[in-house]
Amino acid sequence: MVPALVARLLQVSSMSATTAQPVLTPAMRAEIEAYFPRYPTRQAVTLPALHIINEHLRHVPQQAIPELAEMLGLSPAQVYDTLSFYGFFKSEPCGKVRAWVCRSISCSLRGGEEVLEALSQKLGVAPGHTTADGKVTLEFGECLGLCDFAPAMLANERVYKNLDVETAGEVANQLKLQADGKGG
Amino acid sequence: MADFEPVLTANIHKPDSHTLAVYQAGGGYQAIRKVLKTMSPNDTVELVKSSNLRGRGGAGFPCGLKWSFLPKDHPGPVYMCVNADESEPATFNNRILMELDPHQVLEGIMIGCFATRAQTAYIYVRYEYPTAYRRLQQAIDECYAAGLLGKDLHGSGFNLDIYLHRGAAAYICGEETGLIESLEGKRAWPRIKPPFPAIEGAFRKPTVVNNIETLANVPHIVNRGPDWFKTMGVPSTGPRDPGSYGPKLYCISGHVNTPRCVELPLGVTCRELIEVHGGGVWKGRKGKAAIPGGLSMGLLTEKEFDTPLDFAGPGKVGCLGLGTAAVTVMDETVSMVDYLYNACRFFAHESCGQCTPCREGTSWSERLLSRIRQGKGRLKDLEILQSISTSIGIMPGTTICGLADGAAWPLKNALAKFRPELEEYIRRTNPTGYQQEEPALALVELTH
Ligand SMILES: Cc1cc2nc3c(=O)[nH]c(=O)nc-3n(C[C@H](O)[C@H](O)[C@H](O)COP(=O)(O)O)c2cc1C
Ligand code: SF4
Ligand code: FES
Repeated sequence: MVPALVARLLQVSSMSATTAQPVLTPAMRAEIEAYFPRYPTRQAVTLPALHIINEHLRHVPQQAIPELAEMLGLSPAQVYDTLSFYGFFKSEPCGKVRAWVCRSISCSLRGGEEVLEALSQKLGVAPGHTTADGKVTLEFGECLGLCDFAPAMLANERVYKNLDVETAGEVANQLKLQADGKGG
Repeated sequence: MADFEPVLTANIHKPDSHTLAVYQAGGGYQAIRKVLKTMSPNDTVELVKSSNLRGRGGAGFPCGLKWSFLPKDHPGPVYMCVNADESEPATFNNRILMELDPHQVLEGIMIGCFATRAQTAYIYVRYEYPTAYRRLQQAIDECYAAGLLGKDLHGSGFNLDIYLHRGAAAYICGEETGLIESLEGKRAWPRIKPPFPAIEGAFRKPTVVNNIETLANVPHIVNRGPDWFKTMGVPSTGPRDPGSYGPKLYCISGHVNTPRCVELPLGVTCRELIEVHGGGVWKGRKGKAAIPGGLSMGLLTEKEFDTPLDFAGPGKVGCLGLGTAAVTVMDETVSMVDYLYNACRFFAHESCGQCTPCREGTSWSERLLSRIRQGKGRLKDLEILQSISTSIGIMPGTTICGLADGAAWPLKNALAKFRPELEEYIRRTNPTGYQQEEPALALVELTH
C-alpha cells in the first residue's frame, strides 16, 4: 500500500504541469453526466464516476483526476482525497480479471490463506500484482460475504467456491481462460 | 422449531424468485398499496413501532422509534440510505435477500420512505456484491416500467426514486455516517454524533439509515400486523427492553458440515444452530469456540454454546451483542492466537484512521499478535493487548465510531476466556521471553 501511495504522490506532483491528451472520452463523460440528476450535489458523483473510469480503463490514471474534478466542480485534491481513501482504485492497469481471495475468518478457518498462497505460486505473482501477460491481478480480500462457500474467491463478477490447495493449478488456469473470455 | 414457517425467505426457492412477476404472484406489493391507500406516514411509523422491530444491521435499535426521530414538518428533502454494505466478517444474509428476493427489499424501502416522507432512497451496495447489484437494478427497472416507482405511486401523490450507489471495498462504509460521507463523494470518515442522521444526515438533510434485512421485515408487518410479528422471538422483559421479536436470518460458517444461512425466530441457541442447522462440527470434531454475531462481537466458549442468540443473549456472557447474528464455529484444533491474529489484522486493515486510539490500537494489536504468532511473544504483551482492549472504542469514549469496540471485543473475550492457552503458547514458543525487536515506546504512551 505504502509504495503505491508514494508512487501516486510523485505522479500527482507532476500532474498540474501535464499537457497529455484527455483520458476521459466523450462516452465516459456522457456516462458520468447521466449520474448528475440522481444527487443533489456534483461531488456525490465522485464514486460512480471513478467506477466508470475504472471499468473503462481498468485503473484510474492521474490524468483523469483533474479532468473529473473539472466536471464535478471540485478541486483535484478533493477527488484525489476520495480516490486514495479507497485502496480499490489503482494507478496502474489491473489484469483483465481481478481476483480477490478471501482471507477473513470463516475462509481462513477452512484454508483460505493457503489457497491464496497456492494461487500466488501458480500464477507467479504476489498478492497485489498482475501476471506478466496482463491477464490476472491477484489480491486478498476481506470477507466477501461468501462464507457459505468458504474458502471463496471473487474474480470480476464470477464466484469461485469451496477452493482448496490441490486444485489451485486448475483454478489459476480457469482465471486465465476467464481473462480470455472463455470458460464461462 | 420444526413448525416455523419462513417469512423473509419464503420466496427464495421459487424459480425466478428475483422477478417482479413471481414476487407479485406471491402477493408482493400489496403492503405498499395498502399503506398508500389507507394509512398516513404517521400511522406507518406507529405500526412499525408497535411491532418492536429492531435493526438487523448490528446495533439493534428499534426501527419505528428511529423513524419517529425525524423532524416533523421538515420542508425536505428527507433521504433514506439503505445499508447494503454488508462487510462484517461471516455475514451474508443481506446478499441472499438482494440476490434472491430483491423486490421484497424494494417494497420494504418503499414503505420506509413513505413513513419517513423520503422521496429519494440510495441503496449503498458493497462492491463485492455484483450479482446483488445487478438483480436490484433489474428489479428497480421493472418497478419503474410497471409504475411502482417514480411519480404519484398508486395515485397517492407520493413520489419516490430509488438509486443504487456502489461502494469500493471499505468496511467502514457500513457505519451509518461513514456511509453518508461516502455517498456524498468523500472519504468514509464517520461523523461525530450528535447530530444524528435523523436530524442532519446525507447532504445535511434528515436521513434514515436502515439495514436491508430490517426493511425486508416491514412489508410483512404491514400485511400481517404487529401482533403476528410478536408471536416470534423472545418477549420483552420490561418497559426498557424492546424484546427480540420476529424472524432472523442466521449465518453459520467456519467449521461446520453445512455452512448456510437459515431463517429462524430470534432466540435460537448457538448450539442448535451448529448441531441442527449447520450439520454439526465438521470432521467429527468438537467445537471449541464460536463467534456469535460477526467478528466484532467477540467469542463464545463451547460451554457458552447454549446462549440464546437474541439481542440480549450474547451480552450476558460478555460478548458485545447479537451483531449480525452470523456464527463462525471453530473446532478444537484452532489456536486462539491464529483467531486473534486474523481478527486484529482485519480491524487494522479497516480502521479509517481518524481516531488515534483506533488507528494505533488496531495496528499495534496486529503487530503484537503477529510477533506472538511467530514465537517472539512475551507474557507482557498480553498486558499490553488487555490495555488496548479496554482503551479503544465508544464504550470507553475514546473513538468516533463502533469499529474500535468491534476491534476490542475479540481481544477482551479471548483474554478473559482463553488466557491460559495464550500464556501457554507464549511460554512454549518463546521460553526465554527473549525478543529481538522491542516494541516502540509510543505503545506504552498510547495505552497509558
Ligand atoms: C464499523 C461498523 C460497520 C458497520 N457495518 C454495517 C453494515 O455493513 N451493514 C449494516 O446494515 N450496518 C452496519 N453497521 C451498523 C450501522 O452503523 C447502522 O447501525 C445500521 O445500518 C442501521 O440500520 P438498522 O437500524 O436497520 O440495523 C456498522 C456499524 C459499524 C460501527
Ligand atoms: S473508531 Fe476507528 S474506524 Fe471509527 S472513526 Fe475512529 S478511526 Fe475511524
Ligand atoms: S470470511 Fe471469506 S467470504 Fe466471508
